[in-house]
Amino acid sequence: MKENRRYEQGEAMTVQSNTTTELDCSGLLCPLPVYKAAIVLNKLEDGALLRLVTTDPGALEDIPAMTRQRQDTLVSVEEGADSQTFLIRKGTNS
Amino acid sequence: MTQTLEPLSETQLEPIEPRSRPKRIALVASKGTLDQAYPPLIMASTAVSLGWEAGIYFTFYGLDILHKDRFENLKVASLANPSGPIQLPNILGAVPGATAAATKVMRKWMSDARFPTIPEFIEMTRDLGVTFYACATTMGVMGVEKDDLIEGADIAGAAAFLDYAAEADVSLFV
Repeated sequence: MKENRRYEQGEAMTVQSNTTTELDCSGLLCPLPVYKAAIVLNKLEDGALLRLVTTDPGALEDIPAMTRQRQDTLVSVEEGADSQTFLIRKGTNS
Repeated sequence: MTQTLEPLSETQLEPIEPRSRPKRIALVASKGTLDQAYPPLIMASTAVSLGWEAGIYFTFYGLDILHKDRFENLKVASLANPSGPIQLPNILGAVPGATAAATKVMRKWMSDARFPTIPEFIEMTRDLGVTFYACATTMGVMGVEKDDLIEGADIAGAAAFLDYAAEADVSLFV
């Protein structure tokens, strides 16, 4: 992946913490949250955690559908006033 | 205000059955306007993000989406497009400059929403392994050469695409 693509800029970036990868997709519309989450999930090992923040209201339907189709595990959803936070575990084994 | 939706096990979708091969989507992109170029690319980029295979058959005006000299300059029709970005009586849609104005408005919408351009979408989908089929008949009829197309386009006819689409779980014509 090249650097500095416009759709890769802004708030959306990954930050490695101990065991949970963070991805902020605030301000991005479909299909970008799913697309960016998939790129990160593809790099993670089975069982690793991704915390994904979105503001696209469609994400409440899209992210559960994504984890189902990818056969990842949606651990939790937090619905805020203007954003949603999803905790996703790669794969179906905990 | 943060509300945790629990327990998730009751709200989560049922797991899908494991399969011997990935799901597949086969799309036809037949339109060459800016607004109609997006949907097949959005569907394909989403599909590969879900772990599916995706292929797009670019035919007739849709081939402009793969055309190196044209895919950055796709336009929005101002004529006979009552849902277009600028609301004009049809007679004014034919006025010189109306198409450019409609196109400019849609480009601004996309840019303000930080939405990828068509060339960026092509790159995103190609990076994730989407197959691009360039319609051989369109190339012959419209005088498009292989060198006119972006890298990675497979020149193919309808039989080759149908052979791919026959194994698809989802097929869409745009």
